[in-house]
Amino acid sequence: MIFWQLFYTFLKIGIFTFGGGYAMVALIQNEVVVENQWLTSQEFTDVLAISQASPGPLGINTATYTGYTAVVNAGYPEYMGILGAFLASFSVILLPFLLMLIITKVLLKHKDNPTLANIFLILRKVVVGLIAASALLLVSTENFGSPTESTFRFVISILIFIGVFVASYKFKKSPILLILVSGIIGFLVYGLPDVI
Amino acid sequence: MTKLHELFWTFFKIGAFTIGGGYAMIPLMEQEIVDKRKWLNKEEFMDTMSLAQSMPGVFAVNMATNVGFRTRGFAGAFIAVMGNVLMPILLILVLAIFFRQFSDNPMVKSIFKGIRPAVVALIAAPVFNMAKTAKISWSNFWIPVAATLLIWLLGVSPVIIILVAGLGGFIYGKIKGRKEAKK
Repeated sequence: MIFWQLFYTFLKIGIFTFGGGYAMVALIQNEVVVENQWLTSQEFTDVLAISQASPGPLGINTATYTGYTAVVNAGYPEYMGILGAFLASFSVILLPFLLMLIITKVLLKHKDNPTLANIFLILRKVVVGLIAASALLLVSTENFGSPTESTFRFVISILIFIGVFVASYKFKKSPILLILVSGIIGFLVYGLPDVI
Repeated sequence: MTKLHELFWTFFKIGAFTIGGGYAMIPLMEQEIVDKRKWLNKEEFMDTMSLAQSMPGVFAVNMATNVGFRTRGFAGAFIAVMGNVLMPILLILVLAIFFRQFSDNPMVKSIFKGIRPAVVALIAAPVFNMAKTAKISWSNFWIPVAATLLIWLLGVSPVIIILVAGLGGFIYGKIKGRKEAKK
């Protein structure tokens, strides 16, 4: 049953997320798109767009949205999707929440532990690779258009990619602004010609 | 004594008004928790932050758990976390239901055609930022690259990669410790 699977999957995602929201996105992508195929890669990209543009922690937003979409995609009515959204969101925070409670109780003040520091030395580097793989998995004809069949869309997509990358990395522009601008470009390039 | 509704509203504000992921919440958190409510002093806040970053899960939720527990025990932790995630969950649900209805609309479709490559860029950009903080250099460059290729090309689960990396770090620490003991 999908609800049981959602619960178990998001428990796992929560406890294995080290290093912030993007690491969680990489794990959700693997479980939800690659392993269980609850969402297509394109659906997941759309989920990310909304999750990045909406307030709140990126990991929670993505969990909520994928929980909802997975249940509705499985053929359940919308109110069950809402249940799925809450289930995914609460499962993803449950184990870290309990762990944090224990740690806070045991050591009210965080002491630097050399073993933990060494584990994180390697873990942090691997997480960078995780997110890189997540980005590479999103480079698809679904998201960019095919270079041979839809060359025009492909070129526009590459231009948007480069522009947004530079604006985000170099100029630290906010994701919501960049998503908004890209949406407007999409409308002007693909939507407007049809309307006129 | 700290009131539960104060915890709820403080973390509600932190959750509802920050866009762009957990770390964007830090300035607002510091302002609310340290300056305004005085639940932690500056140093405690920094310690809590490094703890919340090194624990698994969502950074903002870990912060809420810790601060809530320290001020009002289990009930405080629970209320702070609920406050933190409530608004984001509800907002996403509204957006999800809205976009499900309009996903076949040609205008929405054209907008998303523009947005999708942007989303990929927004996942790619933090890779380079995080590479700096993770102290990646030419000598250990192979570690993230190997992780990327294993996941991307061979379909290895990130969970396995995390487990192996944790174990690797543990063994590395032990070897380093032994070498230093010999000297």
